[in-house]
Amino acid sequence: MQSTVKPIRPWAASPRDRALTATSVALSVLASFLVVAVTPMKGKLAYAFVFFIAWLVIDSVLVIRKSGMKGVRDGLAAKITLLGGALVMMAVASILWSVISRGIKGINLAFVTENMRQASLFDPIGKGGILHAIFGTVLLIVIAIIFSVPMGILTALYLTEIKGRAAGLIQFLVQAMSGVPSVVAGLFIYAAIILNTPLRASSFLGGLALTILMVPTVTRTAQEVLNLVPRDLREAGLAMGATQWKTVALVVIPAARSGLITATILGVARIAGETAPLLFTVGTFDSYNFNPVKGENTAIPIIVWRALNGGSPESVQRAWSAILVLLIVVLALFIAARALGTKAMKK
Amino acid sequence: MSVASPTKVTPPARTITTKPRVSDQIFRGIVTAFSFSALVILSLIALFLFLKGFSTLRAQGFGFITHFEWSITTDDAGKEAAHFGLQAMLIGTVVISFIALVIAVPLSVLTALFLTFYAPNAVKKLLITVIDLMAAFPSILYGLWGYFVLMPMAEYWAKLLHKWLGWIYIFNVPEPVFTRSPFIAGIVLSVMIIPIITSVSREVFSQTPLDRVQAAYALGSSKWGMIRAVVLPFGAGGVVGGSMLGLGRAFGETVAVYSVLNIVFRTNFHILFTQGGNVASMIIQKFGEAGKTEISALIAAGLVLFILTLLVNFAANFVVTRTVKSGR
Repeated sequence: MQSTVKPIRPWAASPRDRALTATSVALSVLASFLVVAVTPMKGKLAYAFVFFIAWLVIDSVLVIRKSGMKGVRDGLAAKITLLGGALVMMAVASILWSVISRGIKGINLAFVTENMRQASLFDPIGKGGILHAIFGTVLLIVIAIIFSVPMGILTALYLTEIKGRAAGLIQFLVQAMSGVPSVVAGLFIYAAIILNTPLRASSFLGGLALTILMVPTVTRTAQEVLNLVPRDLREAGLAMGATQWKTVALVVIPAARSGLITATILGVARIAGETAPLLFTVGTFDSYNFNPVKGENTAIPIIVWRALNGGSPESVQRAWSAILVLLIVVLALFIAARALGTKAMKK
Repeated sequence: MSVASPTKVTPPARTITTKPRVSDQIFRGIVTAFSFSALVILSLIALFLFLKGFSTLRAQGFGFITHFEWSITTDDAGKEAAHFGLQAMLIGTVVISFIALVIAVPLSVLTALFLTFYAPNAVKKLLITVIDLMAAFPSILYGLWGYFVLMPMAEYWAKLLHKWLGWIYIFNVPEPVFTRSPFIAGIVLSVMIIPIITSVSREVFSQTPLDRVQAAYALGSSKWGMIRAVVLPFGAGGVVGGSMLGLGRAFGETVAVYSVLNIVFRTNFHILFTQGGNVASMIIQKFGEAGKTEISALIAAGLVLFILTLLVNFAANFVVTRTVKSGR
């Protein structure tokens, strides 16, 4: 009769360990109810606070017989890191929940199919919509893509393919550029163009301001993706007698294509919600403006900004609904980038 | 018949050159030219902000960053008297960003440790996606959330802090008004910079050399013992760098802070009191009704902000790249 030795797993939780964990959690819940009932501390905060402290204490007491102080410290560390992660998740959940629950009330057919020409931010919900702002945002994004994608990808190509003498410097500057505050980008376009040339606030200038914010994101993501393209492919291209230009254009870029699209999408997600630069460079408008270089225009963040500062219940409702639309756009972009990104990695 | 000895034919030697073809030269030229766009843009920003803000900088001199008065008056003769000083705003910016760091750094480090060493794989993947997503939230969303959702809660926390710790100077308030305070702005900023600090810390933690981790375990260390002895010393530089990147973001944040902060030109260290300053938000606040002189002052304020964030970012990138590369 043959028998294989069953591997033991001393680190896995035994039924006894599980029972202990369950006991300590149950005891702490009990303790939190007791304390809140007896002492003057009240509210959700008190429950959470007492529960966590009780859990730390009770679990430590249960563990100390088995593992001593070392085990206690280990357990404390595990719980406190869990607490940190949980707090961060609570903040995200609170943000998402408030946007969805409050924003959904103002979403109706008119809100996404009409403009504000016949309505003001203070009219009852159901009158007027933000389609013109959605169009304005798309226009801004297209303009920003036209400028920033070539700039970003060519910079990334310099850093990965040519690796020239200035590569270190350029890398450094791109990282510094990613820290330029958005308000400074807007102020710069205002100071450089609106104060110096006859051009006035328009989608084009807004797109330029957003380009400054988008280039670093595109560059860094594109650089990462291009670095993933195997060296063999480049060497194979060169060994077949192709010039560097042909190798890059026909081998490297096609191999990294979906990754480069990811880079573009991440850049768009970065700028889609920018507000501050648009206040200097785009202005505001109540209807469609199809001319990118002439006349003020609007965008979803501008609508949110104005509605938020409007202050009346209707305008605040519009702000929540508009930000929900914006968030859905950003989320969709983000999911698309993820999907393409994982596809690129697998290949 | 004898076979004629073969005549020796020497083929002409091919010239071997490392000189790139013309097409490559053009390609390299274009790519190199575009790669300097970052340099060009950064210098143009500095140049134009300086040019347009120069009149203010010359008129106000060093007082532009040491005075805290911001006023422009026109007397009967039509002569403008302008006093522009950023001191209150600069100090306010630092105070808010510091509060944000105090809250965000511990939370981010704990989250990063949880993600790297404690979380089960499925949870880990989900959390990483959520944190990446958090970084992509529009800043005005944080402003809305901060004003309508966080502020009522944070006001309550502020009252608690004031009740129990009010004897400490910074938690004291001249009047019991707790809304729109630097404290609340700091919390909003901390939520905004947590994704940055968390992702940098996580990256550094996950690069801890496996042999050191296993050595710690082999010596009988518990998980926390291993983290304290190996991971934290290894990752400290990355955490510092990540925090500075977060600080840079916090310095330049505009609309979110504007929504939750009462901007007053007075230096205030009572962080729970409804009075604070922030350079970026001040620019937005004053820009709407600014005349020519004031716009120049606002542009100069933008220049100060630009230089400040650039310095912080330079330092942060220096720290991060040095730690990540040297692995020590």
